[in-house]
Amino acid sequence: MSTATQSGFVRWVDTRLPIVTLMQKEFGTFPVPKNFNYFWNFGAISMLLMVVMISTGVVLAMDYMPNAAEAFASVQHIMRDVNYGWLVRYLHQNGASMFFIATYIHTFRGIYYGSYKSPRELLWILGVVTLLIMMSTAFMGYVLPWGQMSYWGATVITNMFAAIPLIGDSVVTWLWGGFGVDSPTLSRFYSLHYLLPFVLVAVVLLHITAIHKVGSNNPLGIDVKSPQDTLPFHPYYTIKDCFGLCVYLALFAVLVFFAPDLFGDPTNFIPANPLQTPADIQPEWYFLPFYAILRAVPNKLGGVALMFGAMAILLALPWLDTSPVRSARFRPIYRPLFFVWLASIVLLGAVGAHKPEGIWVILGRIGTLYYFGHLLVVMPLLGRIERPLPLPDSISRPVINRGSLPRGASVAEIRP
Amino acid sequence: MTTMHPAPIGPSDAVPRRDILTLVALAGGAIGVAGYAWPLIDFMNPSKDVLALASVEVPLESIPPGMGVTVVWRGKPIFVRHRTEAEIQQARNTPLDQLSDPQDDRARVQPGHEQWIVVVGICTHLGCIPLGNKPSEMRGNLGGWFCPCHGSQFDTSGRIRVPPAPSNLPIPPYTFEGDTKIRIG
Repeated sequence: MSTATQSGFVRWVDTRLPIVTLMQKEFGTFPVPKNFNYFWNFGAISMLLMVVMISTGVVLAMDYMPNAAEAFASVQHIMRDVNYGWLVRYLHQNGASMFFIATYIHTFRGIYYGSYKSPRELLWILGVVTLLIMMSTAFMGYVLPWGQMSYWGATVITNMFAAIPLIGDSVVTWLWGGFGVDSPTLSRFYSLHYLLPFVLVAVVLLHITAIHKVGSNNPLGIDVKSPQDTLPFHPYYTIKDCFGLCVYLALFAVLVFFAPDLFGDPTNFIPANPLQTPADIQPEWYFLPFYAILRAVPNKLGGVALMFGAMAILLALPWLDTSPVRSARFRPIYRPLFFVWLASIVLLGAVGAHKPEGIWVILGRIGTLYYFGHLLVVMPLLGRIERPLPLPDSISRPVINRGSLPRGASVAEIRP
Repeated sequence: MTTMHPAPIGPSDAVPRRDILTLVALAGGAIGVAGYAWPLIDFMNPSKDVLALASVEVPLESIPPGMGVTVVWRGKPIFVRHRTEAEIQQARNTPLDQLSDPQDDRARVQPGHEQWIVVVGICTHLGCIPLGNKPSEMRGNLGGWFCPCHGSQFDTSGRIRVPPAPSNLPIPPYTFEGDTKIRIG
């Protein structure tokens, strides 16, 4: 919106509270590298899913009863009696999976294209923090339906803290508010499950503030050198984000309307029973690789430490990677190894979904070894010995070389 | 250069085309947001189990003339009152021009069951519950109901006679099941 088209009222507000100017600067004319691929859609997609999760969660909270006696029945009440309760709950339940899919793709995109490197270290760290908040929120949310898997998931995860030397047992009792997972545990998880998403919003806002300071990375991983390398965010990337969102939301709709229990566990249709553990206990898919790491170590403290370490180590990524080149496109040895690392995570996911016996134990250890080996050994060493491919002079150059001109651009504008 | 474009984009038609695209996109977005918002809004309407509790039965044998009972229907107090002959006559003989919300007593009871008046026991002023359903309570000058909050008075037909309440006590939907039982709702 230019000043000329602003109404008197908008101008009146804007001169007192420059919200229009701010939006215009950050989401209108904001210069963004012009060579984004579709992997750059997943930040916006994640944000929309965050809005979906909060909006559905707020209304679900109106009919949910956070105590052990009523929790399970209140979820069934939502599913059967409340208007659109089935839809809102399935949106929330599957929205968690869709949120994680988008955020994981966003994360791996950042790793592949070196988006965590200087000057984007804090941006990256804030991103890892959002992921940690998401994980805690998702875990506590999964406990709320108070089915068998909710109950035993909560028991297993909280018991991990018993591995802390000396104070472990007291910490666990404190987490539970009792001597086992019970009503006090459920209601505090509910309280935190409602609180953390708003903390998440705050950290996401910081994440966005940081990206608007340092600017977006791009698939080439080279810096923006001139205004010719960029496009204004609106309309070019607003429309591209909208398109990506439509495709992603279509997939979300397919999941919600045709396979709403695809990611769910049938065991969670049984009300929580503190006297009987289900035969197969496994977390939601988005935790499976971490669960596999936990079980790969034949030591309680070691397993727990490694599992949390698998996330914590990502915070150090900007300093573990010593290569000056950002994008894996120009790193001939790192690039295939990145995919090996990705495969090791997928393998760990598969391991997490199977009972820890036979070949799965060995595969779990191999996966864990490579996961950490890649981050702690390969990344620091490779940056020193690898000879990267020649980098393009600018973002504009490969765009011109590979295809026709962007519509509306003149030759004189792009060619030097 | 222009020959390469079958439909050259000139300044004259570029602007309307962009406008149409913007409007279509915004309209599509608005429809999407509305479609998403409706389930969240409807979620807060009464659920099926609340609606299922929407009718109650009241046995009438145990209510002597002059006495009333209060039952709960949809979370609201319902006054079921057995009127005496004098109370019925008083309600019928009140000229309609004395009423601020004119309604004949016969329109407020069911034919053949004129001794029973059934009203929603919530003052039409600001939602207090009027006194007078029991003979021991204050009934006001007209022998009907008296609202303790702001002094509104209702007659034996539940019609408003002394303000500030603006209108008569509403009649809930009910049917007689024989002479000794009513079903409200």
